[in-house]
Amino acid sequence: MRFRAKIVDLACLNNFSRVINTISKLTKTCTLRLTVCKLYFILSDKVANGGASMWCELCQGNFFDEFQMEGVAAEHNEIYLELVPENLSRALKTAHSAKAVKIKLTNKHCPCLRVAVELPSLSSSSRIVTHDIPVGVIPRRIWNDFREPTMPDFDVSIYLPVLKIMKSVVERMKNLSNFIVIEANLSGEMNLKIETDLVSVTTHFKDLGNPPWASEEGCQSSAQGRNLESMAEACIDIKKLQQLLAGQQVNPTKALCNIMQRVKRRLKERQWSGDLTLLYLLSLLPSD
Amino acid sequence: MKCVIAGGNVKVLGRAVHSLSRIGDELYLEPTEKGLSLRAVNSSRSAFASFLFAPLFFQLYEPGGPAPDTEHFRCKVHMKSFLGVFRSLPSLEKSVGKCLILLKHRASRLVLQLHCKYGVTKTHNLAFQECERLQAVFDTQSCSSRLCAPARVLADAVVHFPPTLAEVTLGTGPGGKISLRNYVEDEAELSKTMVTELWLAEDEFQSVTVSPGSRITFCLKEFRGLLTFAEASNLLLTIHFDEPGRPVVFTLDDTVLEVHLVLATLSDLESSSLPPPTNGVSHLPTPADDFADDLESYMVALESSACEGASGGPPSPTFPLRTPRTAQSDPEEQEEEEDEDGAVPGTPPHKKFRSLFFGSVLTPGGPGLAPTQEVLAEDSDGEC
Repeated sequence: MRFRAKIVDLACLNNFSRVINTISKLTKTCTLRLTVCKLYFILSDKVANGGASMWCELCQGNFFDEFQMEGVAAEHNEIYLELVPENLSRALKTAHSAKAVKIKLTNKHCPCLRVAVELPSLSSSSRIVTHDIPVGVIPRRIWNDFREPTMPDFDVSIYLPVLKIMKSVVERMKNLSNFIVIEANLSGEMNLKIETDLVSVTTHFKDLGNPPWASEEGCQSSAQGRNLESMAEACIDIKKLQQLLAGQQVNPTKALCNIMQRVKRRLKERQWSGDLTLLYLLSLLPSD
Repeated sequence: MKCVIAGGNVKVLGRAVHSLSRIGDELYLEPTEKGLSLRAVNSSRSAFASFLFAPLFFQLYEPGGPAPDTEHFRCKVHMKSFLGVFRSLPSLEKSVGKCLILLKHRASRLVLQLHCKYGVTKTHNLAFQECERLQAVFDTQSCSSRLCAPARVLADAVVHFPPTLAEVTLGTGPGGKISLRNYVEDEAELSKTMVTELWLAEDEFQSVTVSPGSRITFCLKEFRGLLTFAEASNLLLTIHFDEPGRPVVFTLDDTVLEVHLVLATLSDLESSSLPPPTNGVSHLPTPADDFADDLESYMVALESSACEGASGGPPSPTFPLRTPRTAQSDPEEQEEEEDEDGAVPGTPPHKKFRSLFFGSVLTPGGPGLAPTQEVLAEDSDGEC
């Protein structure tokens, strides 16, 4: 099992750092899955109510100049590691002016991701700073726990408003209540509502637009024939939503929200920017 | 005592106080003929700093010399109160023209008066307490290793370590390279903590005189305070060190200012000729590209058993607290004394560092010990 990668371009390095920073704000530990072409940061949270799970997919070619990976076995050419993204974020933090950053999987006294940052220095040789980030190797028998979440049948899919605005609204609402209700319809309208004994506050967004979904098998079945005006609603933990919005350092070109109002009740926010896809699932809280 | 500091030097004094505030809660002042000395020590007695401002630093300097044969006046004030006067360095620079420090014996007050722009005068009256001399025992001449570099080089190196990091290990490697690495205490912690290491080339230093394979571990927090001062004043920093366990001394020298920071270092049980087991990594030198990274055997072990590979390093050294020797020991040697308050909370480094010696006092610039001088350990009442 081997892994070696190298980033030489500063812009790529900054983008990669920003992705890692976003991930580190969402979760304390996560799973890094390495394949020949992609990297995935996965959080699979099995908590039933109010829990969150995350799936972030990056194309390695967009960031790395060199990327060599040899998985566990020929038929299973992948590596799954458990790591603390904050460590990686810290290692990259002081690498702004780096000439190169090399990442390598090693096993000296314990499995580590060794990040070697080559910095310019006044002396004849460059300064090299190495960070050994301890990782846990996840055995093949539990790889199934980290499968890509299938897109569940959703009731409504809508583009999100400008995230900054949504973030400031949610931040203020956080002070008033622990739960927030997101409701949206297929006419591009979305409301954010909180309700307490003393006060209820609703923020209305209009003209957001609904993404067209290609009619995949079972994907749009529940949305078809749906009254355009009728709202699908989801009640979620406001702190998790705020955490997601606050951690955003990558400006998505598209961010959308799928609400599935069913027994299982999952809400999904899916964001894209050119290089990566971040999928964040928040499971709904049971309403009274 | 009366002294006046003018112009840009007010900010230098302010920065010095900020630096001292990272060390201890009390600021000791001692006006002498050689200049005004400001000192601080931390509660576990493992860090000591002194800033000596020569008379030339001041616009006016009257130490208020004592009568012959009496000792100089010494006092201490609360660090917070003194720091409060110099809290905002930018505003010091912008609006303060002059600073007057005056000791009013009868009123028991230390007066700090800032003369600012537009005729504004701010007067601070601080209560002081008379005290004994605070002096750590150290001798830079007897240190076997010495490094000298512009402060900026070290500041750039230290920035890679997280601000909360307590201890860092400075070591020498082959090819004259100097390494800095965060110190991880337990073997158990090692598999959970990120380890950062960096190497500085010999030519980044102005001078390097080290015994190869030497290595010391000291607290970063107090060192950072000094680095900030040194970098701002653009001074050369000299590091004097010896074996692990003996204090490391950082000095800054200028025509009008002499700064010393003495930090205790962790000691090894084993002799320094053996590779240090603490961090569990054999200290192979320069970061080579092709070290073994084969995880096959690890994976086999993982898949066949539930437990992960245990690291089998030797146990980390513990730090013995030796019993104090008698007071009659040679003043040139560094004596050792148990930390009286083993339960001092919070201040890094913790009690595993030996205390510095506030034992026999070496009169500055004078060799030998006046036999009548007491052994002074600064433990006045009410101190924790």
